[in-house]
Amino acid sequence: MPSIPAKPSRLTGEALCAGYESRRVLDGVDLTVAEGKLTVLLGANGSGKSTLLKTLARTLIPSAGQVCLDGKDIHRRNTREVAQRLGILPQGPVAPEGLTVRQLVGMGRFPHQRLWRQDAEQDARAIREAMAYADVTEFAERSVDALSGGQRQRCWIAMVLAQETDLILLDEPTTFLDLKVQVDLLELLSRLAHEHGRTLLLVLHDLNLAAAYADQLVMMREGQIVTRGAPQEVFTAPNLKHVFDLDAHVLEDPETGSPICVPHKKKRPHRRAHPTTQQRCVS
Amino acid sequence: MTHSASLPQQGNDTAAGHTTRPVRLSALLALVLLASIGLSLSLGSFPTSFDQVVHALATPQNSDITFIVWELRLPRILLALLVGAALAVAGAILQGIVRNPLASPDVIGITSGAAMAAVTFLALFGTGLSIHWLPAAALLGALLSAVLVFSLAWKRGITPSRMVLVGIGLSAAMGAVTTLLIVISDDAAAMVAYVWLTGSLYAAQWQDVFGMLPWLLVAVPLCLTLARHMDAMALGDSVAQGLGVNVLQSRLVLMACSVALAGAAVAFAGGLSFVGLIAPHIAARLVGRGFARLVPVTALVGALIVLYADLLGRVAFLPKDLPAGIFVSGVGAPFFVYLLHRNRHSPYQTARQN
Repeated sequence: MPSIPAKPSRLTGEALCAGYESRRVLDGVDLTVAEGKLTVLLGANGSGKSTLLKTLARTLIPSAGQVCLDGKDIHRRNTREVAQRLGILPQGPVAPEGLTVRQLVGMGRFPHQRLWRQDAEQDARAIREAMAYADVTEFAERSVDALSGGQRQRCWIAMVLAQETDLILLDEPTTFLDLKVQVDLLELLSRLAHEHGRTLLLVLHDLNLAAAYADQLVMMREGQIVTRGAPQEVFTAPNLKHVFDLDAHVLEDPETGSPICVPHKKKRPHRRAHPTTQQRCVS
Repeated sequence: MTHSASLPQQGNDTAAGHTTRPVRLSALLALVLLASIGLSLSLGSFPTSFDQVVHALATPQNSDITFIVWELRLPRILLALLVGAALAVAGAILQGIVRNPLASPDVIGITSGAAMAAVTFLALFGTGLSIHWLPAAALLGALLSAVLVFSLAWKRGITPSRMVLVGIGLSAAMGAVTTLLIVISDDAAAMVAYVWLTGSLYAAQWQDVFGMLPWLLVAVPLCLTLARHMDAMALGDSVAQGLGVNVLQSRLVLMACSVALAGAAVAFAGGLSFVGLIAPHIAARLVGRGFARLVPVTALVGALIVLYADLLGRVAFLPKDLPAGIFVSGVGAPFFVYLLHRNRHSPYQTARQN
């Protein structure tokens, strides 16, 4: 059940088909990215969620259909112009050896700089604010490759923030990080949407974190969107079974009301699993 | 960076601290280069004093010394500088694009293409036909092999790794043809070919200097206009595109600059391309990240290496005049190893943690 966004969407995909070589991954996907909200793409491995994000980010050219940014085909727009409105963070970016945090964040200013015209003051302000927001100011002069995984990811997010775009797409920004670090990052990203009116689209793997932080969930299976909507509406046991082939209970977080899934644990004979340990198995 | 550590943590101040070091270093290297030119002008098989050289430079007369300084040594020294700078910058561009520290003009077939063309030229026309056409043939070979590598590696765009693989394969094939041609050609032509392959500035003339100069004057400023693009592409293609870099277009322009620089240098001085491998590394260890500040320092380092390599070749084994190519590795490699050793805990200056 598609919910109608409050404001008209600036980024839309219409009848998108895309893939690699001969394999078609996306099969006629329509998506409008809700303005000022945090939208999460969910789906099993190979369901096409990363491909959809890359196609929306203009990294992949769709074989059919089109992506529109502010009403114009994104592939016909000047790439620098797009970069002033749309920031992207691909999966697992690697900083070159020796690059300092400040230098990396400074690269976010690229779309706003010209060879003959650079606003040094504005750039310095944007870099300072982005580093403060992502909480990496204390590492500013250290090299990115010497930091921990979570710190590094915050630096990359700071780079995208320095780009000062209203739309931000992130491909698995929390993968391979500790749970606490994932939570911190998602807190940061949801503040961006809710306090600063940015539009975010994320690919996440963790179902419960997605349900806890997303305003909108988009569930994908075999290259198509199965359902989309607020977590309370679509994060249901039948949907999880259909999308992930996962047998699970869906409970409610007593504090926030957001849904939580608890996979069915296969009962072993002579040994009853304690309900609390069962819940702890879920991350 | 050592400078910025002492400065307050403010954007502008730190940015200034980042820029003064490369400028100072470039100025220092330029001074060293000037002194080295003076030294190189005064040394040679014909004994000359520094005063005599200065005198001959300032007031050219119809004398032996004037002839030696103006027609033999000066063009040779200037060509050494230009060739060294061109190869170094070509290497810096390639290492940046391919994102591999082992890239040099060799790996995409530029050197071997030029070598094959030059040796073919010698085998076909012998040493009889004006040797002045040799650079033109070599340049043509370099450009053609670059185009060939490009078109073979093209697959909905250019992937650096694919380009390197194609380049290495093509280089091997062209190297085989080069060896075959040397083996079957007569001794005199084989000797010329062999010296050319080693890399030599012997008998460099003013026309070579003026043939080399335009390539640098066009390609170096052009690649500098794309310096920020290069820095963005160092973060990976997807990130660069997300930042608004037209990756394919920038990569093609930068490659063209690299091919032009390396092709011209190889055409005029033969196989000195080791400079293209080490000079960018030496420069990176001196100034750290950032293509815009890397290029001038790289060019100066490359110029110095070839200048001293040629000086050694000229004077170390008098009366023999040995090819500079022998000494490029001899001068460059120890310094390179020293820098690697000194900075073994921090690959670049900027990596030093404060």
